[in-house]
Parts: sequence; C-alpha cells; structure tokens
Amino acid sequence: MTVWLYGVVLAVSCAAAALLVVDLIRDRAAQDSHFVSLAVLDVILLVQLVGGAVALARTEREVEGAVFVSYLVTVFLVPVIGAFFSLAERSRVGTTILLLAVATVAGLELRLWDIWGGRHV
Amino acid sequence: MSELQQPLAEGWGRALVFVYGLFAVAATGRSAVQLGMEPDRAPLAYSLSLLAAILYLVATTCLLLGGTTGWRVAGIAVTIELLGVLSVGAMSYLATDLFPDKTVWSHFGQGYGFLPLVLPFAGLAWLRHTRRTPVG
Repeated sequence: MTVWLYGVVLAVSCAAAALLVVDLIRDRAAQDSHFVSLAVLDVILLVQLVGGAVALARTEREVEGAVFVSYLVTVFLVPVIGAFFSLAERSRVGTTILLLAVATVAGLELRLWDIWGGRHV
Repeated sequence: MSELQQPLAEGWGRALVFVYGLFAVAATGRSAVQLGMEPDRAPLAYSLSLLAAILYLVATTCLLLGGTTGWRVAGIAVTIELLGVLSVGAMSYLATDLFPDKTVWSHFGQGYGFLPLVLPFAGLAWLRHTRRTPVG
C-alpha cells in the first residue's frame, strides 16, 4: 500500500463528489463527465488492487490477508456497480447513486488504510 | 377488489437497493470475519452482526423482487432493523461490557457514517410511498 496512491484515490473521490453535488443541486442527471471521472477513479483502484496484492505478498506486517484483499476487490467493484445502477435512472436519483458510490469508495479506502496498518476493525 | 403493487426497485427505490445491497455485503463480510476468526470472543455482538447481515439481505432481495409479498416482508425486515439499530445503538453506550467487539449497529452505526440509523427510516418512508393503490 503506497501512501501516494491512497492520497490520489481520496483526492479523486472528493473531486468527483464535488462535481456530483453541484449537479445534484442543479437537479441534473449524471453527466458524461461524471462517468469519465468515475472511470479514472476505477482505473486507479485497479492499480491499487494489483499493487495491494503484490504488497501483501511481500510484506512482513501482520495484515489480515483475506479481509485486505476483499476490501481491495470491493472498493474496485463499487464504482462499476454504481455506474450501472445510475445508468438505469437518468435523473437526480442516478446522480445520487454515483455520489453514494464515491462516498463508499472514500469510506472503504479509510478502512483499507486501517487494515493495512494492522488495526482491528 | 384488485390492487396494484408499485415496483420497489425503481426511482428512489433503486438508490435504496444500492445502499441496502452495500450494507448486505458489509454486514455479511463483517459477520463472516467475526464468526470465522474467534466466535467465542463476543457471542452477543457477533449474533447481532449475523442478524443484521440477514436483515439487510432479506430487505435487498424483497425490494428487488417487489410485489405484495415482497413489500410486506421488506416492511417486517426494515422494522426489525430499526428496532435493532435503536436498541443496539443505545445498549452500546449504556452496557459497554456486553459489546467487547463492534457490530454494524454499535453507536448507532457510527463506523458507517450513521447510515445504519438513517437507512431504516428511508426504507420505511419508501415502503409507505409505494403502498398498494386501489385500481379503477
């Protein structure tokens, strides 16, 4: 788990959330730009999934391996599932779903950091 | 008299299914880890984690299935969920010795951004909104 990747995920999540909140206030459906930002986020999460798995194999730390990997996979899947749900509701509901997905990614990312640090969650 | 059950997984219902689905996964995962690693450490907390996981799974499934039965069962599951989060939330502050380890509902769902407290209210509001409407 590299610190900068963790920081980038949180920063992109916050940026995407800000975009979504603006459009939610404007009562608009999710825009293409949101889906692009979510795709960028998901590519970073895929890098994190691979990088995290490699780091887990190499580390000497006491990390709950199964929990760590399941979080890595879940955090990668959430934006994908959220996007599909959002595409089915082309209204502010869809925008809300994307916002929930991004918030979930940020929340899971915080948990991931704790798990990597070996703290009991 | 024929009555029409509105679909439960469309409109705001879809957002609700998304969040309930996430919590079904989260609670099931937490429960599996707790019971798989050291089931004897906190039997009460772990049983409640399992109960929460089952309720979230039932609610998600019923919302997706819809229909009159789905609406009723979802109502029962969400009501138990509300009672669960309120009682476990209160007990986790009052009787800390009963909860050496956390559940999804501990401290009113603090570890999950208090969403577990909001969710049953949103669920009940949605079920009220989608009550059967007489046709014709």
